[in-house]
Amino acid sequence: MSFLDLKNVTKIYPNGTKAVHETSLSIDEGEFMVFVGPSGCGKSTLLRMVAGLEDITEGDINLDGKLMNEVDPSERDVAMVFQNYALYPHMNVYNNLAYGLKNRGIDKETIEQKVNDAAKLLQISDYLQRKPSMLSGGQRQRVAMGRAIVRNPKIFLFDEPLSNLDAKLRIQMRLEIKKLQQKVGVTSIFVTHDQVEAMTLADRLAVINNGIIEQLGTPIEIYDNPKSLFVAGFIGSPQMNFLDGNLKNKTLSAESFKIKDIISDFEGDVTLGIRPEHLSQKENGLINLKVDLVEQLGSDNLVYGQLKDKKDFCYRCPGNLIIEKGSNLSLNIENNKYYIFDKSTGKRVN
Amino acid sequence: MKIKPLQIIAHIILILGVLLMVVPIWISFASSSHDSVTILTEGMKFHIGDQLARNYNEVLNEKGGWSEEVTAAKMFINSFIMALGIATLKVVISAMSAYALVYYRFKLAVPIFWLIFITLLVPLEVRIFPSYKIVSDLGLTNSYTGLILPLVASATATFFFRQFYKTIPDELLESAKLDGANAWSFFIDFLVPLSKTMIAAMFIFMFVYGYSQYLWPLIMTTAEEYWTVVMGMKIIYTESYEGVALPRTAERFAYIILSMIPPVLVVVFLQKWFIKGLIQTEK
Repeated sequence: MSFLDLKNVTKIYPNGTKAVHETSLSIDEGEFMVFVGPSGCGKSTLLRMVAGLEDITEGDINLDGKLMNEVDPSERDVAMVFQNYALYPHMNVYNNLAYGLKNRGIDKETIEQKVNDAAKLLQISDYLQRKPSMLSGGQRQRVAMGRAIVRNPKIFLFDEPLSNLDAKLRIQMRLEIKKLQQKVGVTSIFVTHDQVEAMTLADRLAVINNGIIEQLGTPIEIYDNPKSLFVAGFIGSPQMNFLDGNLKNKTLSAESFKIKDIISDFEGDVTLGIRPEHLSQKENGLINLKVDLVEQLGSDNLVYGQLKDKKDFCYRCPGNLIIEKGSNLSLNIENNKYYIFDKSTGKRVN
Repeated sequence: MKIKPLQIIAHIILILGVLLMVVPIWISFASSSHDSVTILTEGMKFHIGDQLARNYNEVLNEKGGWSEEVTAAKMFINSFIMALGIATLKVVISAMSAYALVYYRFKLAVPIFWLIFITLLVPLEVRIFPSYKIVSDLGLTNSYTGLILPLVASATATFFFRQFYKTIPDELLESAKLDGANAWSFFIDFLVPLSKTMIAAMFIFMFVYGYSQYLWPLIMTTAEEYWTVVMGMKIIYTESYEGVALPRTAERFAYIILSMIPPVLVVVFLQKWFIKGLIQTEK
């Protein structure tokens, strides 16, 4: 049995909303798992059930070989970092860190030792006597993590902890969380709606939609091999281009082009997905793009335009390529990197 | 800095307001330092006389009443005990009941809250007979318990605490739970320190409320040793008609001045908290 085991976990709120559908998931010790999905997909609910802050309607949660369903949150030995940090506003940083230890009846010297160690690790030793209101966003974030670390819990739970920070700090804290997790080696679950955060942090990623895990795997697996239309659209930035098409006799006709010898027996209406970065310019290519707008990011250019049938389309090319607004580009799909989904079910068919 | 005409008018209005408040108190104080005969013959005084110490000493320490046992000092002690008891218990009970109403999500929480709230429409004066009946059946007449207990429930304070607790984010509770706090330690370690300004504000309100109770102690107490300051007001007024001697006007003024001191002291010492408690938005 693995470290954290979720078996057919379901959450139905008293008003009848089904937030999580029979979800099963295993997380190994020391693993960094990320739940990613749009708002309201049930990812936070799932996390809160692990923490014990939400009742489990059906199913079992096992942590380190013990059934957790009826165990009180304070007894579960989990630590959580909240979106707004939930620091204790009337206590200074030292007491914020020490409070959980005090409740466990640990003696004063050990507490001091542990708090100082955690503070050092997070570089907040200088602010131990300050109140949270006197700290910046990044410092508060560190204190919140310190509060989790200091208790040495079985599992860390992060509930969108970076979404209150500005963009630059977010990237910095993202790195620090990852480094810290590797250093401390604690099993972690991180909930986010930001797919970049998800990709960068995760050992494994669970893409959740409407209370169901759509796909589970390493970030690269999911990026390279999305199993459904939803996952394909959610993971990757800028978003994958989707074109309507039809698959018949292993030939795909979409827009104004055809692709032959497709490895699929599926027949019928499909959606063709092409990532903006899997395109390259080539004379007499498959796709003709009329450029509306170019976003220059320095390293890359994001070229937005329309196809013949006025469909919006995006192409990502190296930043040194100069592309004029209004020009026509002829593009080819690199290495047959395209994804075909059943239009009615959203399932991958190639 | 140039002063605008509007500011002058505003200041005149404010100064008039201050005078309206202060002058009567000053006249009372000045008059309390004269001989009763002087006041009776010459009217109220604006300047301090030479009888200050004598009058105040007499008021505080002269034994009076039918039993010739009770002094004003004793009345002050009684009032203080009553006001302190009412204020403390009101704050404690209201804070705890608000805690229950906000954090224990039982179905009847809202109806119960409104039930508590409508008791505002039923002040003690309205329910004085049933309250007296209960207290007297319990054998609590002529006791501090009897003076305090029927007045310790407060809808106002419960309401204020409830509104305050509602503004505390849920994450704080959840985070405390994960840190191993139970229901009691969350209340003591979090809600009490977070609402200490509110507690101070409520305490002042309730202290003044308790101190100025008149009807309840009047009905509750037959023994003179439980008389309160506010009851004494009535006594010093009627006293003059009983005796054949001259009315002791100067001592009456002294008594009035003394009776104002305790609430003023409470407000002066706690006003910083009081104002914070009423306007605070920071959590």
